[in-house]
Amino acid sequence: MKYICLVYSDETDLHGLPDSPKDPECAAYAQSLLDKGQLLAGDALAPVATATTVRVRGGEVQITDGPFAETKEQLAGFYMIDARDLNEALRIAQGIPPARVGSIEVRPVRQLQLD
Amino acid sequence: MTQNELIEREIHNLYLSESRRVLATLIRLLRDFELAEEALHDAFAAALTQWPACGIPANPRAWLVSTGRFKAIDHIRRQQRFGQLSDEMAALCDTDAPEPLTDDDRIPDDRLRLIFTCCHPSLSPEARTALTLREICDLNTEEIASAYLCKPATIAQRIVRAKRKIRTANIPYEVPGPSELSERLHSVLQVIYLVFNEGYSASSGKHATRTSLADEAIRLARLLHELLPNPDVNGLLALMLLNHSRSNARTNNAGDIIPLESQNRELWDRAAINEGCQRVREALTAGPAGIYTLQAAISAVHADAPCWAETDWAEIVGLYDLLLHQQNSPVVALNRVVALSYRDGPDIALTELNALLAAGDLDQYCPAFATQADLLRRLERFAEAARAYRLALSLTAQEPEQAFLQKRLGECEKNPPLSINTTATRL
Repeated sequence: MKYICLVYSDETDLHGLPDSPKDPECAAYAQSLLDKGQLLAGDALAPVATATTVRVRGGEVQITDGPFAETKEQLAGFYMIDARDLNEALRIAQGIPPARVGSIEVRPVRQLQLD
Repeated sequence: MTQNELIEREIHNLYLSESRRVLATLIRLLRDFELAEEALHDAFAAALTQWPACGIPANPRAWLVSTGRFKAIDHIRRQQRFGQLSDEMAALCDTDAPEPLTDDDRIPDDRLRLIFTCCHPSLSPEARTALTLREICDLNTEEIASAYLCKPATIAQRIVRAKRKIRTANIPYEVPGPSELSERLHSVLQVIYLVFNEGYSASSGKHATRTSLADEAIRLARLLHELLPNPDVNGLLALMLLNHSRSNARTNNAGDIIPLESQNRELWDRAAINEGCQRVREALTAGPAGIYTLQAAISAVHADAPCWAETDWAEIVGLYDLLLHQQNSPVVALNRVVALSYRDGPDIALTELNALLAAGDLDQYCPAFATQADLLRRLERFAEAARAYRLALSLTAQEPEQAFLQKRLGECEKNPPLSINTTATRL
């Protein structure tokens, strides 16, 4: 079953705390999941200052600077994983290095209803 | 009584003793709460029509599981006749597959699995308690709602949402592995203790205790200990037995609260105390004591004391120190202050309490101000005590507690201030 692990963190904490993970540690964790066939996709994101929000209302495109919601914790990356059940997904999530300074939201992926 | 009536009565008794076990196994086999509940219902309905003619099967529980499973498979097939069967459902409907295990060794595991699923930390505490009371304890939504003083529709919705989350997020139906067991067990124990406390000190309303929830929590802890013998479970069971042993002495006929200090110890349930103390000893010798075992040990010291004056306060303060070390909560610190007031005197305790109150975590906690009021009263600083009693009164909705605080407030107001000057400066 597919789950997405959304990595949220205050961007200053993400790199600025003694416990903040370094890139090689994150890469190694992603590789270990990949080796076990548990990682379907995943990446780290550029800082939220680089975000652009797109909306279409009444056929009109609106493009604005910044993220959709201003919050203390920003989306910093994501892991799309394949896990047997929620317990396995939670075990994978707690190993994601930024969990030490931010938080990981684990959500099941929804199948689109096509009929 | 006719043969049929005898069989009907036997089926009724089987429902009372076995329905939760059968349900737990059906949930494992069908991986769906609603489907399993329907299957359970269908299985008992089938027993009512078939057993009078064919007799009671040799292993009624296995018969009920197997019948329920086939009824559910029928149901799925009828529903999906024109649709595509998912692989999972197709596997379930493969009746050539070996008969699922329903032997007695396996079934207790199913109930344990169900407990861990219902108490999964990814469900909210309210959802966990409602689901546990519904699925494990077999209380209906009306009973749960009346215990929690809310509308049945609220409880029903909470349960429906919890089941939906279990299904959608695929919360598994398993006993956690050794590396996760203690953390997950903590979540289960928390649910049981929440149920007990809601029964032991109802948060609002006319009655200070609602026995049935407390009994339910004790029953649940007994079941859990039977399925998973563990010192923390034993410690929680001991704690609840010891606290519950005083329930007859905690209120008088008018429903007024009687504090531990003035309780008639003859009314304490000695059988519960003996069992509780025995379980505390077992839990303490089994390894390092957890938070429930330590609280149970404190309760056991009270239970051992022949009267309030002979309570071993030094032992109690020592146990609170150990407890604070594991659970640094302001409420535990407050309870330690109460014990300290009897070991070292109310003035020393008051200094500690004021420091605790200054931290601000207990601003809305009635017992904190009730304790402050009591310490001031014992120090004969009646005007300040009265002010603290008024503050405490503003923080509780529980009628017996209000009556108790009001009575003490009245006593303090009757006492003349020690001197006009000090009262004026303190007010």
